[in-house]
Formats: sequence, C-alpha cells, structure tokens
Amino acid sequence: MQGVAVTGMGIITSIGLSVEENYQSLLQKKSGISEASILKTFHANHIKIGEIKLENAQLAEILGIPEDNNFTRTSLLGTFAALKALRHAGINKINDMRTGLISATSVAGMDITELYFKEYFHNPSIRKYINSHHTGDCTRKIADYLGIRGLVSTISTACSSSANAIMLGALLIKNKILDRVIVGGTDALSKFTINGFNSLMILSDSDNTPFDQNRKGLNLGEGAAYLILESWEQVKATHKKVLAIITGYGNANDAYHQTASSSTGEGAFLAIQKSLEKAQLSPEDIDYVHVHGTATVNNDLSEGKALLRIFSKVPPFSATKSYTGHTLAAAGAIQAVYSILSLQMNVTFPTLNFNTKIKEFDLTPSTDVVNTNITHVLSNAFGFGGNCCSLIFSKC
Amino acid sequence: MLKDCCYINGIGSVSIQTSAFDMFKDYPVPLQRNNKPVHPSYKEIIPPAMLRRMAPGIKMGIFAALEALRDAEINEPDGIITGTGMGCLLDSEKFLEAMIENKEQHLTPTYFIHSPHNTVAAQIALYLQCKAYNMTYSHGVSSFEAALLDSWLQIQNQFANYILVGGVDESAPIFDALCVLGKTFKNPNDSIDFHNPISDISCRAEGANFFVLSSNKKQSSYARLTDISIYHNPEDDFQKMLDEILTRNQITRKEIDIVFLGYNADVLQQKYFDNYASLFSNTALAFYQHICGSFDTASAYGFRIAAEILRKQIYPQSIRYNDVCPKKIQNVLLINQANGYNHSLVLLQSC
Amino acid sequence: MTMLKEQLKQQIIEALNLVDVTTFDIQDDDPLFGDSLGLDSIDALELIVLLDKNYGIKLTDPQKGKEIFTSINTLADFVEKNKTK
Repeated sequence: MQGVAVTGMGIITSIGLSVEENYQSLLQKKSGISEASILKTFHANHIKIGEIKLENAQLAEILGIPEDNNFTRTSLLGTFAALKALRHAGINKINDMRTGLISATSVAGMDITELYFKEYFHNPSIRKYINSHHTGDCTRKIADYLGIRGLVSTISTACSSSANAIMLGALLIKNKILDRVIVGGTDALSKFTINGFNSLMILSDSDNTPFDQNRKGLNLGEGAAYLILESWEQVKATHKKVLAIITGYGNANDAYHQTASSSTGEGAFLAIQKSLEKAQLSPEDIDYVHVHGTATVNNDLSEGKALLRIFSKVPPFSATKSYTGHTLAAAGAIQAVYSILSLQMNVTFPTLNFNTKIKEFDLTPSTDVVNTNITHVLSNAFGFGGNCCSLIFSKC
Repeated sequence: MLKDCCYINGIGSVSIQTSAFDMFKDYPVPLQRNNKPVHPSYKEIIPPAMLRRMAPGIKMGIFAALEALRDAEINEPDGIITGTGMGCLLDSEKFLEAMIENKEQHLTPTYFIHSPHNTVAAQIALYLQCKAYNMTYSHGVSSFEAALLDSWLQIQNQFANYILVGGVDESAPIFDALCVLGKTFKNPNDSIDFHNPISDISCRAEGANFFVLSSNKKQSSYARLTDISIYHNPEDDFQKMLDEILTRNQITRKEIDIVFLGYNADVLQQKYFDNYASLFSNTALAFYQHICGSFDTASAYGFRIAAEILRKQIYPQSIRYNDVCPKKIQNVLLINQANGYNHSLVLLQSC
Repeated sequence: MTMLKEQLKQQIIEALNLVDVTTFDIQDDDPLFGDSLGLDSIDALELIVLLDKNYGIKLTDPQKGKEIFTSINTLADFVEKNKTK
C-alpha cells in the first residue's frame, strides 16, 4: 500500500489536553492565547503566549511521576502527549514488535537550566537537573516512561523539527527498520525563547494575526503532539483502525539567511514540491493547506509566495498558530494532528483574528469552520536555518 | 534489510590533534582533562561577514565539511546531515548569561539565532548555497550514528547520491563546569587511564568530523558503510542486538577483524565496553578517545579512523587496545554507548 | 559631533564583532548596509539595542532603522537629536 498508516495520536496545547478538547476549541474558535501566568518573565506585560495552564507539579502528578524527579517541563509535556497517543492506538505491550521513538525538541531542558544556571554552583539539591538540559535526555525521559527499548533518537531543526520526525518515522517504517514508531515533538515556553524572539523584534504584544496585512509578529506557545505510525503488516494483523495515511513528505533548505526566509519562498516551494512528488499527487489534488503561518511579516509573505508558485489556484488554508501560538519544535506534529482531524471529520478550521489580506497578493485564509470533503491535506513547517518540511496526509 | 549501497568517499576533520598527525606513524598528543582543538585558519575559506558571528563549532563544521567534499571531489552534496550532542553550546551560553545578567533587557539577537542545534548544518548549506535535504540529530552519544542511519536511508531510497554527514560538538565554559558537577567530565585531579580507570568521568574535548557518503564506489573510496543499529536500552539483550546485525549481514563474530569501542577512561562506562569486548575474546580491539578526547560525537572520529585503516589496510599501533592483531582488515565493527543507553553498532567493510 | 562619530564607529565595530576593521576604515558618509561593511538585518537589530543601551533611545519599529542607519552621518545626527543619556 502507498504511504504509511497513522494509528494513534496524542496532543497537549493551550487549547486542550486531548485530541477531542483541541478539536472542540478549533470548532468553537476558542483561542489559547493569553497573558503569561505560570511563566515568569520581565516581558509579561507586553507579550501574549499560548500557555498550558498546568504547573509542572500538576503534570507530574497526572503522569504518576514521583515528586523527586528531574523531568523538565518539555519532557513532561512530551510524555503526556506520547502516552495519550499510545493509548489512542490501543497499545499495551510496547516491545511486542520493533518499536521506536523519534522525538523532536528545541527548548529541551532550557526551561529549567535558565532558572538554575548560576545557582547550580551553590546548591547541590538542584543538581539533579543538570543532565536534563540536553535534547537527548528529554527524549530519553519519554522513552523510559513508555518502556521503549529499541531505536530512539531526537531531531532538532528548530521549528520544523517534529514535522521532520514524522518524515523520518515514515521512512523507518517503509524501509522495514521498525514495525511501529512514535513520532512527534515537544517544547515548553521558556524565557530563553521569549527573549530570543523578542531580540529579533518579531513578538506581537497582541493576539497573532496570520496572513494579515497588519500582522505584528508571533505569539510563542508550548505543547506536544505525537503520532503512532505502524507498518501495513501490523495494521492487517491487528485489524487496527487507520486514522490517516502519510503519503507525502519533503525537506529542503532555503539557504538564504539564518533566520529570515527568502522573498521567493524557495525552500518552502522545494519542500512542498518534493512532498507532492513523493505522494504522486498534483497540486490540484490538495484540498486543504495547513500553513506554517507564524504571523511574522517575513514568514507569511514568503510562504504566500511559495503557495502561489505551487498552486495555480491556492486551496483553502488555515493558520492554527492563531489558536495555539508558535509551539516551535512541536508545531509540525500539532499541525499533523489537526490535519488528520480535518481528514476524519471533513472540516477545515478557521484562522483567527484575520482582517485584511496581505497587499502583495490575493490570499485570504479560511476564517470559518467549513464542512467539506477532504482527501489530501498539506501541512508546512519552516524553521530557523532555512529548514523547510512539508507533509501530506491523506484519507485512508 | 540494509544493502550494499553506501561508500565513504571523503573525510574532513578538526580535532585536538594537529592536521599533520598521522596515526599510522605518529603517537598522538597526550590527552589532558580538558582539551582544545587545533583550529586551522578559517579566514581563508570563510568570508569575514560570516566568520565574525561564528562560534567554534560552526567554524570547525564548515572546515571539516569542505575538506570532506574536496576529498570526495564533489562541489555540492544532495543532502547535509549532522549529529551533535549539545548543539551550539557557546552561543546558547552567551545568550543565557546575558539574559540573566541584564535581567532580560538589552539583549541582542546574534547569539540567539545561532543557538538552535541545526545551525552548523544550516550554515554549511548557506555557505554552499545548497538547497537540498538538511537534517540534524541531537541524541547524546548516538547523534552521529542517527545521522549515519538517515544518510544511509537517503541513499538507499535514491533520494540522494552524495550525502555530507558529520558529527560536531563544541564546549562552553559554564556548561562544561556544570558537566563536571553533573559528573560527565573530569575535574583537574582525576586520573586518566583507559584500561584500568579509577575516576568516573571522561576527558573533555571538541571536534568536527565530516564524511561524504555516496552510492558511487570509487577507486579512492575508503570503505563501505554496510549497516547501522541503534538501541535505546537493550539491558541484558546487548548480545542479542549484536548478533542481529551480524546475522543480517551474514557475518559471524569470528569474522569481525577489528572492534572499535568507545572506551573513555570513565570507570562507570568501562564495564559496558568490557561486556562487548568479552564477546570478542580473540579479536583485535581498538579505541580512539585517547586521541580525540570525549564528546558526544567523538564516535565520528572513531568512524574516521576505521575508514582510513580499511583503505590503507594497516592496523596502527596508536589505536590498539589489546594485543591481538587482525589477520586481515575486512570487517570492522564500531560500538558505542553511554551509561547503558544509546547503544550503536556500525558495520564498515573494505571495498 | 566628530567625537560622537568616532565613538559610534568604535561601538559599531565592537558590537558587531567587525574583526580587522578600524575606525579609519569607516567613512562618515559611506553606506553602512550593503556592500561596504556587509551589514544585514541582524546587525540592524544589534544597532537598535546599542542605541538603547548607550544613548537611551528606544526604537520600536525596526523599519525606521533603515533611514537612521544609512551612514555614520545620519546615525550621529539622529543620536545627537534624540539621546537621553
């Protein structure tokens, strides 16, 4: 069979602690953008974020993790979502077949490191967090919690990370290196990223307005999402329900600037083109596009140009970062869950806060819930370093 | 499973040894507890406007990448894949320090924009104007092996003919001090002994090692990359894991000519490597971290050495861990792990 | 004003890590961005922070920076008129 089967998904974002909650929020236009309450930052009064209103201790309690642990917020969110995905797919014995985990993160343990960086030298009681800083440890926490012993790795390519993880997972299944793989990503809010994006002057002080002429920048968010991918042999043997098929994927590099995207959207164009070729689809076959749509002046212009280069008629498209904020490494996987929901429920989701088209072209995002038959969804994720990844999800 | 398709055609390195170091003739500069790379002159190859912003990891990565491409006689790869354990640590540290010192005010973006882990892969792409596949793995000591596996997949599936793949890690003063506190790297009083270690951490170093992998076999190809296995936590099944990769490639343990092990003078890691060594009682065992020092992608240096000896067909004294000499050099197995996790097995063969 | 220009040149060289560039190499009316010094949009953001930190001038719109940073002359003019430190 063409493509790779998705048999489960799990998610946590500022608009819901489950797939169902996220879905309802999307339908009800319920944004997760708010003022910072858990994260303490100097900039709290002039930024808005997509914050999950659960403290780390609460997340640990939900997961049954003992109080004396060295989980960072990123690994707590990741564990939460990955566990949900496993349960959704009805998996009880994790190692009964060759199972792996490809997780993605950019923040990793920085949310804790930034709190204790200087304090570590004077306070032995917090040193348990030192080795939780790096990306590999974040993934290890998830793998160990779930009991995964096989192939485990971490991708870190900034905002395209979890989309790339999904792509790699699909390749591992297709090449029969694994029978089952959990793929996705996680990132928590941190002062590091807030200050980083603030220094680039691309944070908005109000709710983000993707693809709007008057867009002022992004709202950072946090979250995690994972998909379960399984081989067709496993799907047949277990009569597993298939939620969607990953039919296309493509990665390319813009090679223009470390942070900005090229004015022609070259990297995006190439990634989308590759994903279409992989899926053996024409642009006309795409029913709906989940844009990266961060609401920065640069991204939306560049991405819009890329869409116009690919599609003679751009299909309906949405930017769900208007709900969740930009969840960095988790963004690709979160959008994957929303793309699969679109396919399952035959619905396109609104883009919030849209008012005026970008003057450079004639592109208007979807602003309402629309019930329509959807067979193929394109989802984009573009990161710093020109890293562009596009995925195509298709109906089973 | 994995088939015969992938050749090592180019190698480039920046390490704590000088560029003149020849492991077939010379003994390496002795390892210290904290070791700095011997940096080449970067300004001949990197324009000042780019160079001024680059931390050592990026400079080393670009240099080693260009050297590998030159060695392979190709101008532009159709994929760039890197592995890094800690990413762009120095710029992360500088931004973090500034953020804390200045209480989140007056922060400039340069350090932040170079803090993502994929910066080296991105800067190589920018330098080469290469718009092809670009990926970065960051998973402790199996970061480089994950990059190898992906490279192998790209070539096997005919998505690419030439992949530039590498491992790079740099140090940063405060993070390094934290690693000593967190018991990853040695403090100044710890002893360095690779055979009978007493102290429980390894000798800090940095480096970049890049390779061009290709579906095309050349006269000058170093070796064939035949198979890669990565296991998160095999526990007591490490022997089963080893046998799987051998069976898959129809090789017995006796037919492995040299086993490279990531011995790193850390008493806590010794037993894991000794466990593997005990499965190869009459086999030549080699080690390399006494030459390149320890960092998450140090295994890429081991990969380099293995490739060179497969081409040259000489087993140098400088890397011999035991007294067994191989009768031939055809099948080389590289094994690494850390604390019982992130086991990787890489099979290289002569070509 | 000459002292201010000299000071600005030195601050720019330090902030942007312009190795091998001295104040003698930067002419007062040379374009700062583009071919001569090779500065880009990230450098513009660095200069905005420099203006705030050293002269107490807050620029909230990075686009306005383009005119102000045209040359040392335009920059010095702007600083002279707007500095609060």
